[in-house]
Amino acid sequence: MSVAARGLSHSYGELRSLERVDLAAADGEVVALVGPSGCGKSTLLEIACGLREPTDGAIEVGGATDAAGRLARCAYMPQRDLLLPWFSALDNAALALRNRGAGRAEARAGAGALFERFGLAGFEAARPAELSGGMRQRVAFLRTLVAGKPVLALDEPFASLDAISRAEMQGWLAGALRAEARTVLLVSHDIEEALYLADRVVVLSARPGRIVAELGAPHPRAEDRDHAVTDPAFVAVRERALMALKEGAR
Amino acid sequence: MRTALRILLPAALIAALIGLWQVAASTGAVAEALNLEPFLVPSPAEVGDALWNNRAVLWENAWVTLREILIGLLAGTAVGIALAVAMRFSRLLRDAVFPLTVAVQAVPVVVIAPILVVWFGYGIWVKVIVVALAVFFPITVNLLDGLRSVDPEAVKMMRTLDASRWAIFRRVEAPTALPSFFSGAKVAVAVAPIVALFAELAGSNAGLMRLIVQDNANLQIAEMFAATVILIVIGVLLVGLTALAQRLVITWR
Repeated sequence: MSVAARGLSHSYGELRSLERVDLAAADGEVVALVGPSGCGKSTLLEIACGLREPTDGAIEVGGATDAAGRLARCAYMPQRDLLLPWFSALDNAALALRNRGAGRAEARAGAGALFERFGLAGFEAARPAELSGGMRQRVAFLRTLVAGKPVLALDEPFASLDAISRAEMQGWLAGALRAEARTVLLVSHDIEEALYLADRVVVLSARPGRIVAELGAPHPRAEDRDHAVTDPAFVAVRERALMALKEGAR
Repeated sequence: MRTALRILLPAALIAALIGLWQVAASTGAVAEALNLEPFLVPSPAEVGDALWNNRAVLWENAWVTLREILIGLLAGTAVGIALAVAMRFSRLLRDAVFPLTVAVQAVPVVVIAPILVVWFGYGIWVKVIVVALAVFFPITVNLLDGLRSVDPEAVKMMRTLDASRWAIFRRVEAPTALPSFFSGAKVAVAVAPIVALFAELAGSNAGLMRLIVQDNANLQIAEMFAATVILIVIGVLLVGLTALAQRLVITWR
């Protein structure tokens, strides 16, 4: 399912957050949005998900332009994992199924089938407080995936993790995205993460966010992360992205 | 060890105080100091005797007071929960009803109880109404605060997971509000016995307060103390059971 924004602008009162953004993601494409803090990346995701309306311009998600239609097509993974502490890992992952009226057993069976594949087997009954940061993010991603929406909106999914866990989770997410053909909008402040996980990286300027560069990723979702990110082609694109980011920040 | 100390220390302190009182009362030291007849200052042993010998009349009246407290608590809590939930779902209702609930809460029990006695008589229901009136406010205010403290990001997340308004309430808002609800409930169970006694004072034909007033007139001081002991036990049990319920319900903290 494709996503297309044309001339998209957004303001919080007087504060302009996005300025005439044209953005397209083809069916099954992973598009990363990078930019300085406060450049409207998260706002753009929320607009795509139907959680906000643009002040100007148009956005279309799989043919739907209204908020309810976009909401029905996008699943949103927020920056913080927001796992509900009163539910087990399994019940957290199964939330979307429960919300749609599935019984507890049916919802658990639906979400539980994916636990093994996501390295969470044996932790079904664990409460979020008993899980490591990386595992919590995996459950949060699983929760987003189980919703079965064609478009995934991931808002800095690993920002809260330490460097080692983050690298590990990036490798893990690349694998998960190889296996799941979904259209993905990924917000990141980490260029390396964006270039490694996405097919295409869109660089936004400082507020109000506008697009300053679009770069194709050399080895999207490669099997071996450490190898991919040290490859000369990867390093060269990363330098170009950094330059664009610096220019946009001025 | 730590747990044992937490039980042993207060128990030892209470035992020591009772022992001190026993000595002071049985030797007549307190009565002498206050220039009173010794029978006006009963020792713990005499209070114990009164508890046992007058158990029929004490229990009969304690059961009346306990029922007033429990039915009032249940009714007040039910109304309090219903009001808070309704006000959470409707902004209009909250704006309309909240000032009224504050006003109702501001009416002193000592004023409202005698009026209700005139209207409804000496039976249990005046006390139930007064307890419910005193109890619903801490429940409503705390629960509403708890419901409003929900993380807006969690609500967004639930919306993209196809949650209805009711599903968001059930799975996110209500559990979020539980600790606040229990804060309100603890205030409610602490206030309920006091209010029930005030209401009995305004007019009653049974209950521990009526018994205490009667004993006071007849100088049956030991039985007054016995009734007080029963009230303390009721109060401690109510607070203890509420704390226990909180621990059983909120398992994720």
